[in-house]
Amino acid sequence: MEMAFRWDFAYEILPKLLWATVNTILAAGIGYLIAVIIGLLFLLGQRTSFKILNMLVREIVEFIRSTPLLIQLFFVYFVLPQFGITLSAWVCGMLTIGLHFGTYLCEVYRGALEGVPKTQWEACKALNFSSLYTYRRIILPQAFPIAIPGMGNYLVGIFKDTPLLSTIGVAELFHAATAVGGYNYRYLEPYTMVGVIFLVLSIPAAIWVRRLEKRVNKAQGKTIK
Amino acid sequence: MSYLQFLSEHGPTLLLGTVTTIKVFICSLALYIIISMIFGLMRLSKNLLVQGLSTVYIEFFRGTSLLVQLFWAYYVLPFFGLSLEAFAAGVLTLGMNFGAYGAEVVRAGILAVPKGQWEAAHALNFSPAKRIRRIIIPQIFPIILPPASNLTVELLKATSLVALVTVVDLTFEARQINSITWLSAQCFGTALLIYYIMARFALVPFLRWLELVAAKKVGVGDT
Repeated sequence: MEMAFRWDFAYEILPKLLWATVNTILAAGIGYLIAVIIGLLFLLGQRTSFKILNMLVREIVEFIRSTPLLIQLFFVYFVLPQFGITLSAWVCGMLTIGLHFGTYLCEVYRGALEGVPKTQWEACKALNFSSLYTYRRIILPQAFPIAIPGMGNYLVGIFKDTPLLSTIGVAELFHAATAVGGYNYRYLEPYTMVGVIFLVLSIPAAIWVRRLEKRVNKAQGKTIK
Repeated sequence: MSYLQFLSEHGPTLLLGTVTTIKVFICSLALYIIISMIFGLMRLSKNLLVQGLSTVYIEFFRGTSLLVQLFWAYYVLPFFGLSLEAFAAGVLTLGMNFGAYGAEVVRAGILAVPKGQWEAAHALNFSPAKRIRRIIIPQIFPIILPPASNLTVELLKATSLVALVTVVDLTFEARQINSITWLSAQCFGTALLIYYIMARFALVPFLRWLELVAAKKVGVGDT
């Protein structure tokens, strides 16, 4: 077995890896969409007028947040079939990622709502606005910009956690690299290239999130360091 | 098989795995703290080379996925003649990965120390090393501990990944038992529960207590 990086081999497997990258991006995108929605559901579940329901949802969020995504994936993938629900690895993976990151996004939303000054709520009450109107016209427009940086960070976070999906057999980038590596008995090039592809995709994304953060701060009239 | 039967048969194995998980966690935690401090300080250096080095380190480890780094350390490093044991590869990767995130936290913490503190230390003619060590560092703890403890909980969860490079931890044992008995709900459910208990009832209360102590010592969290 040669030690040096074999460029010809790398070139040969590049198309395969790039195709798998499409799957990775797709998985991150779909997972994120589900997470955004589930996060909202969790948030609503904590703000009802039933105290017991609020506490229950709060504890469920805590549970999901403090346990590893990897075992959650195994749990969903292996346990659901025992109850007669057979889902493909893709569906299981997307649902689990959505659920896991939904709890994080729920915290982002919560923080954003709390970031709106209390006086805004009081002013709405004084003006006798309905609670729907208060949310729609006063609170949410102010809370949304606060939530944007956090939401962007978790999009990048989901992208970097997609390799976990390979453990239940979702054919994304890391899965493809492992397959190619196993077939050729060479892991040096596939895994190195996966690293490079991740770097190439996630650094611009991180810069974009940082810019967004600055723009949001500026629009809100905050001083920027 | 009832759940109690399952526990009496496989509980000890899962507990053994938990011990390994705790070992991995503590070792990588130590590495994570050291690396965060070093690279966080380097990031603020006036020397462009030192600063550039830490920026590259941080961007590299934050930009690539943890699992990819782990597999790289375990399966690719031997190509370069560096064969690490699974445990060492796991601890090293976890520590270095989270160290990169921690370095940013430390950097932000140092920048958040009021400017007057720097100026006062300067006015008192403290040497630069003493200024950092005795004046600035002690003050960053109340600032960095909340984000750092979030990262620490993430670290505990991330230790589960080392199972994929054959470290026999809680996740590994749960998978093993699952492949023998096919009692998936029981073994993965128990594993989730153990992680939950470790995080929610041991680690998080400890970190909150640490945050309180730090705030009290510096005198910011006046309650």
